[in-house]
Amino acid sequence: MKFLCDLLKYLSFLILIKPFIYLVLGVNISGIKNLPKLDNQPAILVANHNSHIDTLILMSLFTCSQILKIHPLAAIDYFCKNKIFEFIFKTLIGIVPIKRKVTKSSATNMYSEVNKILQKNETIIIYPEGSRGNSSDIQSFKSGVAHIAQMNPNVPVIPIYINGPDRILPKGTLLWIPFIANVYVAEPIYYDNTSTKMFTEKIRSIVEQLKEEHRIKEEL
Amino acid sequence: MEHFVVTDNLKISMIILYLSIFFIIFCSKVLQYFYKINVENLLVRMRSFLFIIIFFTIAFSFTKLIAIIFLAIISYLCLKEFLSLIPIRKTDRPALVFAYWSIPFQFYFVYINWGTMFYLFIPLYMFIMISTMMVISNNTKGFLKTLAVIQYGVMTTVYAIGYLAMISIIPFDYNLKGGSLGLLFYILVLAVSNDFFQMLFGKVFGKNKIMHNISPNKTWEGLFGGIICSSILSVIMGILLTPMSIVQSLFVGASLSIFGFLGDVTISAIKRDIGVKDTSSLIPGHGGILDRFDSLIYLAPLFFHYIAYICNVQIVRF
Repeated sequence: MKFLCDLLKYLSFLILIKPFIYLVLGVNISGIKNLPKLDNQPAILVANHNSHIDTLILMSLFTCSQILKIHPLAAIDYFCKNKIFEFIFKTLIGIVPIKRKVTKSSATNMYSEVNKILQKNETIIIYPEGSRGNSSDIQSFKSGVAHIAQMNPNVPVIPIYINGPDRILPKGTLLWIPFIANVYVAEPIYYDNTSTKMFTEKIRSIVEQLKEEHRIKEEL
Repeated sequence: MEHFVVTDNLKISMIILYLSIFFIIFCSKVLQYFYKINVENLLVRMRSFLFIIIFFTIAFSFTKLIAIIFLAIISYLCLKEFLSLIPIRKTDRPALVFAYWSIPFQFYFVYINWGTMFYLFIPLYMFIMISTMMVISNNTKGFLKTLAVIQYGVMTTVYAIGYLAMISIIPFDYNLKGGSLGLLFYILVLAVSNDFFQMLFGKVFGKNKIMHNISPNKTWEGLFGGIICSSILSVIMGILLTPMSIVQSLFVGASLSIFGFLGDVTISAIKRDIGVKDTSSLIPGHGGILDRFDSLIYLAPLFFHYIAYICNVQIVRF
């Protein structure tokens, strides 16, 4: 069964999603050398979140066999509304459903699930903004990502800034319009034994820096 | 299923084109190996060129439908690049949908030889539809600016590139030497080599700048060198592939060289205004597809008009 699901995910990216992202939409990537190789080495990808396309673009940066090892964390109340949605997102995208409302027990459950994935040498995608924001500014980051990094200090955290998907499919519409997206990948960082709050701020400042880099490049 | 007629002259020209590309790649490899001159940039450009030519060769070796779909895809990529550059308000999204939908319509009109609709669809029907969709979304802030930008984008990327498809459906009887593919070969090679000659002469002899605000690399020397070389090339290709006489080819080559230059600097001025260097990074070494097709935005319609006048082509259907 696992093999069948992997095959489905592999084929859907190879035939549908990757051609769609690269040919229909188009992606400009800078800092592609900072992307992890993902062979026997997990990673935590952290990005700003404006649109559902973010996840598809981030996963399409990797090869199809690498994509099998990537699991985006996604809100259980949105993506697992019914059985069909749950099946589609779990098999084709490989999401890890988590609860948005945090209680003590759900938090420990979530962390143990994420740790299990990272120990299997698989990669997770986190959007620390917690939800899709508006395009103009990056909202404050939630500290969950820092807690995960604290529990796995050897796992690299890769901050990424994505610009463009908010024009393709903004929050609250179903109308897709093709645009070219820009992806900026920063160098990997590791948990630095300060506090989780400061580490969260550090990640956010790097993403802000990438955004500034994009703005300068746009204005030349 | 209508196929293109490929004449012997066209085959010879294709072989010469491929050989010249390989020759340039070989020469630059020799330069790199023996004289240690850094030609990595030129090599990347030439390799991309080779791929573009191979794509075109494959697309045009089947039926007319496949060739028109191929040109429609190029038009789509250009329009997407253009729209990705400009600032778009959220309320413009319905108008943009119409802008994208103009591509299949425009190329369908080419496919069914409906000339009048091809000429009028964007200047008239899209002109009405885009402003209507923007009025419906009920946002006046920056209305005129966005309206003008979208209309200009559709005009340059869909209407002008569409003329390449229009050239490709000119019936074979009008050009017994090369067929419609010969005409297409003529205009594409002339556009690209004109850019190349202008760059070459500008680099070697360039002193007096024209329009230094727009592009620092454009010089009078480059422009005149381009005009002379393009005219010579135009006469050679004109005799081989088109029904034009020597005088006509000279005139067409010289004037297309000037208009290619103008199209080039127009796109440069737009990029300067927006503040980007390349329209995207789709083609390695060249920037975006719009950077490569910038001179064709004037050349394709003008050349179609010249040819239609010279050969008295009548493919208008009301």
